[in-house]
Amino acid sequence: MAEKSSPVLELQNISKTFNPGTVNEKTALRGVSLTLERGDFATIVGSNGAGKSTLFNAIGGSFIVDTGKIRLDGENITFLPEHRRSQQLGRLFQDPLRGTAPHMTIEENLALAYLRTAKARNAFFSRVSKVEKELFRNQLAQLDMGLEDRMRQPVGLLSGGQRQALTLMMSTMVTPKLLLLDEHTAALDPGTAEKVLSLTKNIVAERQITCLMVTHNMKNALELGNRTLMMDSGRIVLDIKGPERDNLTVENLLEKFRQGTGRQLDNDRILLSTTEEK
Amino acid sequence: MLFITQTALELGFMYALVSMALFLSYRVLDIADLTTDGAFVLGAAVSVSMAAAGHPFLGIPAAMLAGACAGFITAFLQTRLGVPSILAGIVTNTGLYTVNLMAMGWKSNVSLLKQETVFTLLRKTGIFGDWYELALAAAVTLLAGVLLVWFLGTRLGLSIRATGDNRDMVRASSINPTFTITVGLCAANALTALSGAVVGQAQKSADINGGTGIVVIGLACLIIGETIVGRGSMLRGAAAVVAGSIIYRFIYALVLRTSIVPIDCLKLVTAIVVGLAIAAPSLKSWAALQKRKIAARMEGGD
Repeated sequence: MAEKSSPVLELQNISKTFNPGTVNEKTALRGVSLTLERGDFATIVGSNGAGKSTLFNAIGGSFIVDTGKIRLDGENITFLPEHRRSQQLGRLFQDPLRGTAPHMTIEENLALAYLRTAKARNAFFSRVSKVEKELFRNQLAQLDMGLEDRMRQPVGLLSGGQRQALTLMMSTMVTPKLLLLDEHTAALDPGTAEKVLSLTKNIVAERQITCLMVTHNMKNALELGNRTLMMDSGRIVLDIKGPERDNLTVENLLEKFRQGTGRQLDNDRILLSTTEEK
Repeated sequence: MLFITQTALELGFMYALVSMALFLSYRVLDIADLTTDGAFVLGAAVSVSMAAAGHPFLGIPAAMLAGACAGFITAFLQTRLGVPSILAGIVTNTGLYTVNLMAMGWKSNVSLLKQETVFTLLRKTGIFGDWYELALAAAVTLLAGVLLVWFLGTRLGLSIRATGDNRDMVRASSINPTFTITVGLCAANALTALSGAVVGQAQKSADINGGTGIVVIGLACLIIGETIVGRGSMLRGAAAVVAGSIIYRFIYALVLRTSIVPIDCLKLVTAIVVGLAIAAPSLKSWAALQKRKIAARMEGGD
């Protein structure tokens, strides 16, 4: 089992500068290196513009990095186009509208997600079979949102939380090698956010999906998963795991950030959410 | 009246293919494809030229293939070379003028005198009597419609629909939007060329200017149809374009017969109808704002 030994994700010194040579030049990633082992669930926190979303875009393939190498499960994907990477990646965005096609029915959306299976990819003219519909229905029932009885309705009629839960189901329908969650509960109301988050926890744990999650909720950042990364100005400044992480409080984490970067963590949403919890 | 009905139905079915193509490009893919005018003439030119050479049947698929090539070029320009989609269509359309002349042997029109067309061949069999033209036009259009609806339900069809609905999501579903746009535009222009091919053989001629404004007429039919049949499923959409096209041709035939409006004005009227219909949401919100302003003035007294 040589495969087992290779890490799921390996970033080697990746950098990205946008609009180089112009007044809008912005270096968003400065030599980021990161290794995720199979089953790792790492949360990422960081200040505004620290490069968290850019990091996800680099892994997902929205752009090609300027320098460095990206390996997914041992395969070099540095120059692979976005749609090819998404065969192996699952990705959720903050905006619940981004992950689903609003004018298509729930069933049709699921059928698209199911395209990621190797079998379906080469069958352009095949249609969704009865067996697959039954599979979709069973999976929808697990969301416990009553969506299994609304499979013929356009997704545009669903609430933000329902759409995000559906997107989560779609991106994990074929178990991805890596799941990227970019503040996927931030745009939802607290109750719904809680539900989508616990759904996420269950799916990730059940299928042992390797996962990276950006969050602005410091409590979640420490409670969820087995690793916490902190980013600042395009770098990973902290990488905490194991017993050290188990004993860490939100205050400690903020203090560590201050020591690491020489300044306060500057993220308006984090500040809001930490004061709320006090 | 029977004659008007027959003509309107014939033309309605034949031109419905253009609206069907626009349904695919404009509604499903959300791309305003201005290749349409040129692709229509291309279809007519290829099909009539082939019929003139004694191959009326072969002329139809050849025309569709030519149309698909035109669509491919438009798609290539916008997906690979970064030309804005509307401009890509105009560029292809302009180039097609020369290609169309070439397809007609460098003449601005080709006529069939004694040569057979698919229509004359059907008339000879005598199966449909005087209705042979309508029968063939309806059969071709309905077959194309059924195939289109079937196609949009396949995995490839779903991917094309999603490309027009949410491109972010398409990439995340491991579908290459470049591929789906290309397939969609090829299919749409094959349909437009099929319309040109059928119309050309029915009228036994192809004219280099025969496609002018056909994209706007096609959109008018699409909008008329959607107003009456409604929007929603793909089947409804395909039914709407056929209904809209027939209604448009009825109006056209009536105007031609009664001369209430000079026939030369019909393109202007069509353009105004299309402009207003597409502008309807903006006009509605503007009207609502004005109403709100007037109400505020009444209340406030200043």
